[in-house]
Amino acid sequence: MGPFVPEPISEQLNLVVALLLGIGFGFVLEQAGFSSSRRLAGVFYGYDFTVLRVFFTAAVTAMIGVILLSYFGLLDTDLIFVNPMWLYPAIVGGIIMGFGFILGGYCPGTSLCAAAIGKVDAMFFVGGGLLGVLIFGELFPLYKGFFVSSALGSVKVFQSLGISQGLFAFLMIAMAVGAFAVTTRIERKVAPDSAPSLAFSGFKHTAAGLGVLALGGVLIFLPDYKTSLTRKTTNPAFIMANPVVEMTADELAFRLVDLEPQIKILDLRSPDAYTKLPLPGSVNLAQNDLFGREWSSLLSQRRVKKVLVAEDEASERTAYLLACQLGYENFVILKGGFLDFDRTILNSAGYVPMGNRWDEDVRKFREDAKLQLQKMIADNKTPANKTPKKEKSIQGGC
Amino acid sequence: MKTRYMNPYLAGFFLGLVLLATIFITGRGLGASGALKDIVVATLAAVAPAHAEKSTFFGTFLGAGKEYPLKAWLIFEVAGVLIGAFLSGIISDRLKVVTETGPQVRTKPRWLFAVLGGALFGLGAQFARGCTSGAALSGMAVLSTAGFVTMIAIFGTGYAVAFFARRLWLNPKEGR
Repeated sequence: MGPFVPEPISEQLNLVVALLLGIGFGFVLEQAGFSSSRRLAGVFYGYDFTVLRVFFTAAVTAMIGVILLSYFGLLDTDLIFVNPMWLYPAIVGGIIMGFGFILGGYCPGTSLCAAAIGKVDAMFFVGGGLLGVLIFGELFPLYKGFFVSSALGSVKVFQSLGISQGLFAFLMIAMAVGAFAVTTRIERKVAPDSAPSLAFSGFKHTAAGLGVLALGGVLIFLPDYKTSLTRKTTNPAFIMANPVVEMTADELAFRLVDLEPQIKILDLRSPDAYTKLPLPGSVNLAQNDLFGREWSSLLSQRRVKKVLVAEDEASERTAYLLACQLGYENFVILKGGFLDFDRTILNSAGYVPMGNRWDEDVRKFREDAKLQLQKMIADNKTPANKTPKKEKSIQGGC
Repeated sequence: MKTRYMNPYLAGFFLGLVLLATIFITGRGLGASGALKDIVVATLAAVAPAHAEKSTFFGTFLGAGKEYPLKAWLIFEVAGVLIGAFLSGIISDRLKVVTETGPQVRTKPRWLFAVLGGALFGLGAQFARGCTSGAALSGMAVLSTAGFVTMIAIFGTGYAVAFFARRLWLNPKEGR
């Protein structure tokens, strides 16, 4: 499951990857014609919309790719870098860059491509870019406060708009295809004999546009990987068809008192409930944490029996099936959930006889276990239990 | 002079795949302006180390525990961009030392405007934490609101001021 940095690709190797990806980036930009300032400026005057076509096609392609990779469980989108937003600095910066685009005819990436094939104006643009950064840094105290104002974090655009990811993706595809159609007309009007779009095959391009739109239509109904797996494992039919291994409250109590090392309790209760009454040697995690990497070293220990504990048995079953779907093994659920464990052992108000000849043994065992466990919990009540390596999302951006 | 470029939609598709591969493998997007910053920081640290360390902006990228600024992901990526574009120039026979300019603008003014435009881009990209590649393109691919806001601001401003800068790019007689 991607991304593969920092593991298995190390930070060092990542630099080699950067070089290779950069070669691809530069090659495609130059092939697309982004090494020509007149062509780049054309997008603002209507005689050449190549830049718009390449730019939006690339953005839409990558966006669809990210959504599909995430849906098939190949990419963890919680780990990828989502540009955080400082709203007003982003707008002001964008406006300044817009002026730079019109006056200079390039943006930083395209100027590098153009400079590489010998465009002298692009070399001046790159020099200017360095100068601009220097000026920004030297005058930084003037707008130090503004620079970090209106921080909104890594918000996603569909959240900002209050719609689903799939619907936004469809709307964006529709806008891109619409913009392609409209700008092609404009371009042919403005430059009747030199418009690049004159070389297009109308039929093929229309067909491709409709094809992408249809794909976008599918995206509307595509839940993401986590949602679809969670939905699958909460489906009653799926739960019926997949039996789980259970452990009774008595067995768990016995193993805990016995200090058995090859057993680990994964407590899925809320952090509040957990802090009040943590079982000895247990860890507290949320169901969603099963997807992440921070617990994977624990979850993938095959010889350790992992006991899933939640308030109720149904949540335990879902977590059990989810963990198995994710490729982990050797789990059991606590029969009856934590509530039953609490009622029969931990805070039992007294033994209710079953009317068989083991009644006396069971009663004695439970009473001993209750005392011992309560002592263990009291001794153990240190908050230092939660020590997974905290997953850091990747830093990026310009 | 008929240099053939790739069909823009095909080129966009390939560009999208490169970007997707970047996100898939490394978890981050492509960029450009960040490398300019790294170069400025490294140069300043070499030329005027005391001044660089003291600077409220550049100083944050220097000092103990900080990697040497040129050993950065974007520096390697940008080195790749130069190589890739150069290779493409060889293949398509477009390697030529030339100044490209609008029909009414002579070479030296064009250089001046290029420096000015570059400086504005370098400045603006620091405010927006990224340029057309790092903020707008890569940001849009991962559906970040910041990416869309920056993209709209860049292109919106471009269209808003295009009329006033028309003498830089258009030939008034032909209307272009």
